[in-house]
Amino acid sequence: MKAAPFAYSRPETLDEACALLAADDGARLIAGGQTLAPLMAMRLARPTRLVDIARLPGLAFVRQDGDTIAIGAATTQRAAEAHALVRGKLPLLARALPWVGHAATRARGTVGGSLANADPAAEIALVAVTLGARLRYRDGASEAELAAADFFVGPMVTALPLTAVLTAVRFPVWDARVGVAFHEMSARRSDFAFAAAAAQVALGPDGACARLAIGVGAATEFPLRLATAERALTGTRPTQAAIRAAVAEALADMTPMADLHASADYRRRVVQSLAARAITDAIADGGARHVH
Amino acid sequence: MSIELAVNGQIHRVDVEPRMTLLDCLRDKLLLTGAHAGCEHGVCGACTVLLDGVAVRSCLMFCVQADGYAITTIEGLTPAPGELSVLQDAFCETHGMQCGYCTPAMILAAHALLAGNPAPTRDEIVEAISGNICRCTGYAQIVEAIALAAERLRGANRPAEP
Amino acid sequence: MTAPRFRYVSSDRRVREDRRFVAGKGRFVADIALPGTRHVALVTCPHPAARIVAIDKRAALAMPGVHYVLDGAELAAATLPLMAGLDTPNVPRRPLAVDVARYAGEWVAAVVADSRAAAEDAAEAVAIDYEPLPFVLDGEQAFAPGSPVVHEAHGSNVLLDRSFVWGEVDKDFAESPHRLSLRVAWGRSSTVPVETFGVVASWDPWREILDVYASIQMPKYPDQIAAALKLPASGVRVHHDVDVGGSYGVKRGIKHTVVAGYLTRRLGFPIRLIEDRLENMRGGDAHGPERLFDIEVAFDAAGVIRAMKMRALDNVGAYAGRSPFQLGKPVGAIVGPYRIKSVAYRAIAVTTNKTVQEAVRAFGQSPTNYAIERTIEEVATTLGLDRLEVRRRNLIRHEEFPYLIPSGSTYDSGDYHAVIDKVLRHADYDKLVAERDRLRHEGLLAGIGLAACLEPSGGNSSFEPLLNPKNATTTWMDSCRISVDLGGAISAAIHTTSAGQGHETMVATVIGEVLELDPERVRVVRPDSIASLPSNTPVGSRMAIMLGGAAFHAAEKLKARLVAIAAHDLGIPPERAVYRDGNVADSAAPSARRTWSELVTIAHRHFHKLPPGVEPGLSVAHIMQVPTGGGLPTADGRVQMYPCYSFEFHLLLLAIDPDLGKPEIRRYVVGHDCGTVINPKIVRGMTLGGIAHGIGAALYEEFAYDAQGQLMAQNFMDYLLPSAHEIPEIEIVHHETPSPHTVFGQKGSGESGYLGAPAAVASGVNDALRPLGITVNSLPMKAARLGDLIAAAREKVK
Repeated sequence: MKAAPFAYSRPETLDEACALLAADDGARLIAGGQTLAPLMAMRLARPTRLVDIARLPGLAFVRQDGDTIAIGAATTQRAAEAHALVRGKLPLLARALPWVGHAATRARGTVGGSLANADPAAEIALVAVTLGARLRYRDGASEAELAAADFFVGPMVTALPLTAVLTAVRFPVWDARVGVAFHEMSARRSDFAFAAAAAQVALGPDGACARLAIGVGAATEFPLRLATAERALTGTRPTQAAIRAAVAEALADMTPMADLHASADYRRRVVQSLAARAITDAIADGGARHVH
Repeated sequence: MSIELAVNGQIHRVDVEPRMTLLDCLRDKLLLTGAHAGCEHGVCGACTVLLDGVAVRSCLMFCVQADGYAITTIEGLTPAPGELSVLQDAFCETHGMQCGYCTPAMILAAHALLAGNPAPTRDEIVEAISGNICRCTGYAQIVEAIALAAERLRGANRPAEP
Repeated sequence: MTAPRFRYVSSDRRVREDRRFVAGKGRFVADIALPGTRHVALVTCPHPAARIVAIDKRAALAMPGVHYVLDGAELAAATLPLMAGLDTPNVPRRPLAVDVARYAGEWVAAVVADSRAAAEDAAEAVAIDYEPLPFVLDGEQAFAPGSPVVHEAHGSNVLLDRSFVWGEVDKDFAESPHRLSLRVAWGRSSTVPVETFGVVASWDPWREILDVYASIQMPKYPDQIAAALKLPASGVRVHHDVDVGGSYGVKRGIKHTVVAGYLTRRLGFPIRLIEDRLENMRGGDAHGPERLFDIEVAFDAAGVIRAMKMRALDNVGAYAGRSPFQLGKPVGAIVGPYRIKSVAYRAIAVTTNKTVQEAVRAFGQSPTNYAIERTIEEVATTLGLDRLEVRRRNLIRHEEFPYLIPSGSTYDSGDYHAVIDKVLRHADYDKLVAERDRLRHEGLLAGIGLAACLEPSGGNSSFEPLLNPKNATTTWMDSCRISVDLGGAISAAIHTTSAGQGHETMVATVIGEVLELDPERVRVVRPDSIASLPSNTPVGSRMAIMLGGAAFHAAEKLKARLVAIAAHDLGIPPERAVYRDGNVADSAAPSARRTWSELVTIAHRHFHKLPPGVEPGLSVAHIMQVPTGGGLPTADGRVQMYPCYSFEFHLLLLAIDPDLGKPEIRRYVVGHDCGTVINPKIVRGMTLGGIAHGIGAALYEEFAYDAQGQLMAQNFMDYLLPSAHEIPEIEIVHHETPSPHTVFGQKGSGESGYLGAPAAVASGVNDALRPLGITVNSLPMKAARLGDLIAAAREKVK
C-alpha cells in the first residue's frame, strides 16, 4: 500500500502555502497526515503535490483572544489536550480530545486537520458546532471566517474553498458555573463513533440551567446543534423526561446514516440516548465543580 | 529528494522519493528492521517509533516530513549488542509476546509511557498500548511486563530514560 | 506441599526466543534482503465473477523499473494446479485466475518491478477486460439447485456432502420424550495475524535449488511447491529459521510461493512477494469458516441428551483448498465433552464467489463447540433447568475415561467435573450470580456465560481419508535430532518454522529434563527443508505432544548410548551403570564413573573404547508417528481423530447497556486442563491469546460482503481486531489430568481459549437477553445489532 507519486513542498509562510495550492489543482495540504496518509496508502487520494504546513511558523498556538480561546490549525491534538488554557477554559474540548483516535495519532494529528477533514464522527467538529466556534482561513491574500454551523456541509465536505488554508479556530469561553459531558458509542473504544453527544451547561445561582449548548455527531453527515432543545431547557431544572422529550423533539427530523457497523435506527436511538445522558451529566458536572 | 534524519542519536543522509514512508525509509534505507509493517494505514501500530520521545505511527509519516526530530527505534533502546534494557528484560520475564511482531512497537509505547508516568495504573498501561494490536497474547502478559518494568525502574532509584 | 515431579518441565522458565524479539532482532520474511531482489504487486479482479476477456500489459511494461507482468495463462502452462484435499478434479485452483475469476479480489496478474511502489504503479496500469458473470454469495443458495455455479465443470457448488450415522439415532430419537431443533450460524472471520503472508524466492540455477524464505505454517509446504513447479522436493529449500509473525493456522501461502517461485526461475533474480493488507484481506485466501449448523437433539426430562443430528454447511469460498477438511476434524469431538450416545452428522462444503477459506486455529472445532454449547443451553432453557446442572448431568465422568465417542475417537483422559468445581470455587459462583442480579436491578442487562469445551490435540490427518477415500494418509509424524559435539555442547534440530509458540524453549526443556542438564545448555537449530527430518509443522495443537515426544525419545536414545559407552569402558554390566546429571557411575561402586566430558571424548575420538555395534560420535534422531494414529476410517466413518483431549471451562459475567447494546465483560474465569504443562508461561499465553481471538470472533470481527459481492471489511478500520481495551482481565484456574499417550502426560494447548470463548460469550449474551425473550444464535454479535434487537423487544413489550 504505497502512495502514488507526488511532489513535496514545505512552505515557510502562509503566502507561499496559498500560492502552491493555487498553482496546482492536485495539490493538497498535509499537516499531521493521520487521515490523509491512509487514504493515500489506499490510493483513494492521489495528490500531485503535498504542501506540508505541519511546522509552518505561526500556525500552532493556543491563546486567549478576548472571550475566546484561539487554537492554531497546526496545533497537534496532543498539544491542545495538554494546554492549560484548553483544560481551564474549554472543558468540553478537553473532555472530548482523549476520544480522538489514539495517543499516537493525536501526537501528529492537528486540530485544524480534523476540522478540515470533516469526518462525520470527528469529535473536534462536534465540539466546534456545539459551542458555536468560528473558523478562520486564508484564501490567496484574503482572510475570512466561518461559523462552525456553516462550515460543515456534508460528509467530509466543508465550505472551505479548495485553495484555502484553515488557520485557526476560536472557541467561545463561558464565564460561568460550567459543567460538561461528552459521550461516544463505537464498536471498540477508539473507533470512529456511531453516535456522539456533547453538552455544556452553565448553571445559575438557583441551580437551573442558565445556558446550554448541546450537539450530536457521528450519526449524521455532519454534527448537529440541538438549538430547540437548548431553548426548551433554558431556565429550567429539567427532569429526565423533560430532557428526553426536548432531545427527541430536536432530533425528530434527523436522517441518520447506515453502514456495515450500525443501522440508521440504531444511530437514531443511541444519539438520543447519549444526548440525554450528556445533558444530565453536564448538569451534574456543573453542580459538582462549583460546590460552595 | 535528499533528506537528513536523526535516528537513535545518529544523523543519516538519504535520497528518497517523497512518497516513501518513514517506516519504509527506516527499514529499507537504514536497515533498521525492528519497526514492522502490519497494515500501512495507521491502525495496528506495529510501525510505532518515537519522535522526540512521543510514540507515533511511522507508516503515517512520509520520511520527508521526519527531518528535525529525534527519532528513536527499538534498536535505539537496546543498551548494547546482547544486552537488554530493564523494560526489554521485563518483557522477557513475563513472556509479554509470542511471535514478536508487535513487540518492538509495544516496548516503544511502554517506554514513552514510563518516561512521563513512572507509576502507571493498569488502566493507564492499557490506554498506552491500546493503539497497538497484538493477535498472539491477549495483552495480559504485555501489561504485566510494563507494570513490572515500572516497578523495577522505580526501585532502581534513578530517573526513567529520556 | 508435594515435591515437583520434574526438574525443568513445568517450571516457570523464560522463553528464550523472546530475547531476540524485544531487541527487534527477529528475522521476519520482510527482513530478508537478498541482493538483486525485485518486488511483486498483484492485479486483482474487481468483480465477484467474471470472464477474463483480455489482459493488456503494454502500459504497465512501459513504466520505469517494471520487469514483467505474469498472467494466469502463462503460469498455468508452466505449473500444475495447487493440491486440493478433497477429490474434486474439476475444481482446479491456480495462483492466478485462468479464463475466469471467481471472487472480488482474486489475483489475476502479478507485476514485477524494482520496488513495491513501482510495482503498484504498474499494477494500476494493467488493463483488463472483464465480462461479469452471475455470482452467488450465500451458502444455502449455493447449495440449492438453480444457483449460479462457481465451477462449471464441476456441475454444482457442492464440494462435499457426506453423511454419517453413528449409533441408533432414529431409535434414540423415537424413545426420547423431548426434542428440539435450532439453527446456529458462525460468521466468517479469521485469525488475521498482524504480519501478512510473505515469501522471498530465489532460484539458483547452478545448484538447481529454489531457496524459499516465507512466513509459513504449512505441512508439506516444500512438497506442494515442488509439485506445482515441477521440481523435485529436494530442489526446494525452505528456510525454517524465518520467524513467523503469527499464523494461527492461516499462513499456507502456496499460491504466493508458486508465483514467486515461477518468477524467479523465469527472470533470474530473487522475487519478493509480500501481501499488503488489502491483498491479504481480499485475496490472501485466509478467511475462516462460515458455517451454518442445523441441530436436532433428543433428550429426557432431566436434560440428558441421548442423540444428536447435526448438519453443518460451510461456505468455503471460490476454490477447494484445505478448508473443507475443517468439517471433518470436529468429528473427533463431535459430542463435545458430553455423553451423547448416537450422532448423525452431515458435512456439506459449498463454493461461492467469496474469498477462499484456509485452516483457522482449531480447524473447525471452535464453530462446532459453539453449536454444541448453544444446543445444551437451549435444552436447559426449554426445560427450565439450570444451565450448569444440565451440563453436569451430560458431562463424561472422570471414571469413564478412556471414553469412546460414537464417531470412533477415544478421549484419553479428563476430569471435567473437577475443573468446573475448581472454577466455580475460585470465582465464588453464587456471588457472581448475585452480582448479575444486582446489575439487572440497576437497569442493565446482565448475563452469566458458560462454556465447557474440548481441545483435541496432537494432530493427525484422519479427516483426510475420512472425507476423501482416495487419500489414504495415516502417517502424521514429527522428528528431533540431537548432537553432542566434540566439545560436549548439545544441539537439537527441529524441522519447522514457528510463529511464537516457543518450540525452541520447549525442546530444550524436554531434552534438559531427560539428560538432567540445564536446558540452557541445549542450542536449538532449524535446518532447512532439504536437511530436515520429517515434520508436519505446528498444526492441530500438536507440537508439545509430537515435537516434545520426539525430543524426549531422541534424548532417551542419547542417554542410553552414553550409558552403554560408560558401562563398556567401566567393564560393568549395563544394568549397573546409572546415569545422573550427565555422568554415569557404577551403582555398586559409585566412585567408578565416567563424566560427560570423558564420554564425549570416547564417542568422538576413542573408537577403540566404543562398545561393538555403537556408532561413533553422539548424534541421534527420533522420528515418531502420532500416538493412536495409523488407522483408516471404517466403512461408516469411524476413526480415531486426534490422540489427546484438553478441556476448558469458561465462566464469565457480562453486562449490556440496553440503550447501547454493547456487551462488556466484567469478569472472566477459565479453567484449563491440558495435562502436564511443559512451560507455564507459554501455555498461559496461548490460553489468553486464544480467548482474545474468541472474543474477537464473538463480538467484533466479520468479513462481511455486500450484495454486489464486495468485501466490506477490507482493512483494519472495518475489520475490528480487539485492542487491549476490549480484552478483560482473565483469571486462569489450572488443572492437570495427564494423558496416558504422551511422555510427560502433556496435551496440546495451541488452540486453548479460542475453542470455548465464542461459546462462552454467546452464552453470556443470551443469558442477558433472555428476560427480553431474545435469543441470538449467530456470530458475531455486534453491539449495534444487539441494540436493534433489544429496541425491538422493548417496543413489543410496550
